[in-house]
Amino acid sequence: MSRIIKYIFYDLLRTRFILLYLVFLLISTLAMFQLDSDPGKVTMSLLNILLMIVPLVSIIFTTIHFYNSYEFMELMLAQPVNRKTVLIAQYIGVSVALAIAFLIGVGGPLLIFGGGAAGTSMILSGIMLTLVFVSLAFLASVLTSDKAKAIGGALLLWFYFSLIYDAFILWVVYNFGDYPLEKPILVLISLNPVDLARVMMLMKMDISALMGYTGAFYRQFFSSSSGILFSVVVLVFWIVIPFYCTLKVFVKKDI
Amino acid sequence: MSKWKKYIIKLFLYPLFFTGLCFGMPSTVSRTIWVKSGDSLKEKIEQAEPGDTIIVRKAHYRPGNMIIQKPIVLKGLDYPVLDGEFRYEVFTIASLDVVIEGFHIINSGRSSMQDMAAIKCLDAHNVILRNNILENTFFGIHISNTNNARVECNTLRSKSTYEYEHGNGIHLWKCKDADITGNNIHGHRDGTYIEFVTHSSISENISRGNIRYGLHFMFSHDDTYRHNVFKNNGAGVAVMYTANVTMLYNSFENNWGSSAYGMLLKDIRDSHVRYNEFIANTTGIYMEGTSRTIFEHNIFRENGYAVKLMASCDGNNFQNNSFVLNTFDVSTNGLAVFNKIDGNHWDKYQGYDLNQDGYGDIAYRPVSLYSMIVEQVPPAVMLWRSFLVFLLDRAEKVLPVVTPENLKDNKPLMKSHDFYLQSE
Repeated sequence: MSRIIKYIFYDLLRTRFILLYLVFLLISTLAMFQLDSDPGKVTMSLLNILLMIVPLVSIIFTTIHFYNSYEFMELMLAQPVNRKTVLIAQYIGVSVALAIAFLIGVGGPLLIFGGGAAGTSMILSGIMLTLVFVSLAFLASVLTSDKAKAIGGALLLWFYFSLIYDAFILWVVYNFGDYPLEKPILVLISLNPVDLARVMMLMKMDISALMGYTGAFYRQFFSSSSGILFSVVVLVFWIVIPFYCTLKVFVKKDI
Repeated sequence: MSKWKKYIIKLFLYPLFFTGLCFGMPSTVSRTIWVKSGDSLKEKIEQAEPGDTIIVRKAHYRPGNMIIQKPIVLKGLDYPVLDGEFRYEVFTIASLDVVIEGFHIINSGRSSMQDMAAIKCLDAHNVILRNNILENTFFGIHISNTNNARVECNTLRSKSTYEYEHGNGIHLWKCKDADITGNNIHGHRDGTYIEFVTHSSISENISRGNIRYGLHFMFSHDDTYRHNVFKNNGAGVAVMYTANVTMLYNSFENNWGSSAYGMLLKDIRDSHVRYNEFIANTTGIYMEGTSRTIFEHNIFRENGYAVKLMASCDGNNFQNNSFVLNTFDVSTNGLAVFNKIDGNHWDKYQGYDLNQDGYGDIAYRPVSLYSMIVEQVPPAVMLWRSFLVFLLDRAEKVLPVVTPENLKDNKPLMKSHDFYLQSE
């Protein structure tokens, strides 16, 4: 398997997209630190990158990569190699490459300029989001055999998690505002990895705004070690479950 | 021998003195009385004559309740401990011109019926309370109906979890020309409580970790507050029903909670709030029924809401303030606007300044749509900073529907005023 991962890595480096992504993250993060002396404001701007760009790039890049390396996979499968091994190697290759790009591109400047506790949790949630969306992209890719359809599906997933789902939560909040909503909202938020990552950051940044009854409830939950563990575990589920489904489909798929 | 001498002197002197008094001769002799361990401080005070100075050496005294009804000076050497044994009010002062200085008073009696305090002053004009340490007291310093009181450099520490367990640190009721300077108050119910106190100055005090308010005043006109620090208090600072207050260079920090405010202004009018800092409070300033008050050169930083400006406020003017890194800058509860917020610096302002006069060319609307949604449905705060909310806020800024159209800064400062201060 390690040899397959190595070839995938070489292949990824040859397309240079990962390098471009790294440079983009590095330049934009550095530029933010240069433009704004206040680390608090920088983290706020970085949050947008984290919540919009990272999922988008992860999901689209992975889908395209999957179809570009379709022939390579066919070649591999003609050898006496397990289908699972090939797919897992693909997953590891892509996700590690993207995660490293994020780690260097955003984590590097944060390390130099100092991001504090918010910075640490930003890197952690960025990597988690990368893994989640790579996972989702694989699922979207194996479910169709058409590249355009798969990219469309991936985009739709991204759109759903970043915008449509929040609109749904807002609708719930507005319509059921008379009921105690703290726990239902907590459940709803854990059903969306982007929201979960955002709330983890919110707890670090806007803590003084959250001190109403509702905010205090969430703060107590997400600041406790069990709350952090809960969000990490839920994010891991978001990585594992789509990928497990992908494996199931891929093993039986007619390639 | 010396003991005998003292008695002989007393035997001769006292009758002389009293005959002097009887004949109406003014006594100009002011003595210094020394009190050491084992002496009864209470008796010494009873024996003292007006104008005497009593110096108390370092020891642990259990004097019970000392009532001072003559103008004397009481000084502690190296902080002698006066223990109220959780039963007595240590000092009750009911005379003009009393000075209490350098004592360590602990364990005062507790009673909500009598408002027991470590030092209580009644009609004690010109009283000076200086450099005392008060620990575990019910009320710390309780002054009523006293003009020209001076409370300087005292340290008040107390531990309590419930409001009813404790009184206020420094409590003034119906006073004039009081001067409260340099005190450090911790763990009381209200750090400083002031009611019907006029023409007074409260400065350089540090009030932190109090269960209710760091500073609480009502009906206290013409007072000045300078250089005080209010930090980590249960509900911040509340000031009510007062006219003509001046607040300068105070710092309001870390007051967290759903009903905690950096500063709560209720029915305040014709006042000045300048050069203050509001840092990391759930609400920086909450204003209700406040009129004709000027807010200038204040810094609002990292607050949940910098200013909650209720629609019942009118004629207030915000100018040259800096709003930096607040979650919400301004929120309000109505569409009518009778206040001016022109000429402030907002870090969220995205306009431009083509003519380079330092003011942005397009108006800034500090009220965010989402702050109004959160006001209505608090759980909605969990969507803050999501892309959807960003879009909603943008749309509202372009075309205000829900937020008050006229609550806007027509001349937003491009740079924060403290930037100018630094560069000068």
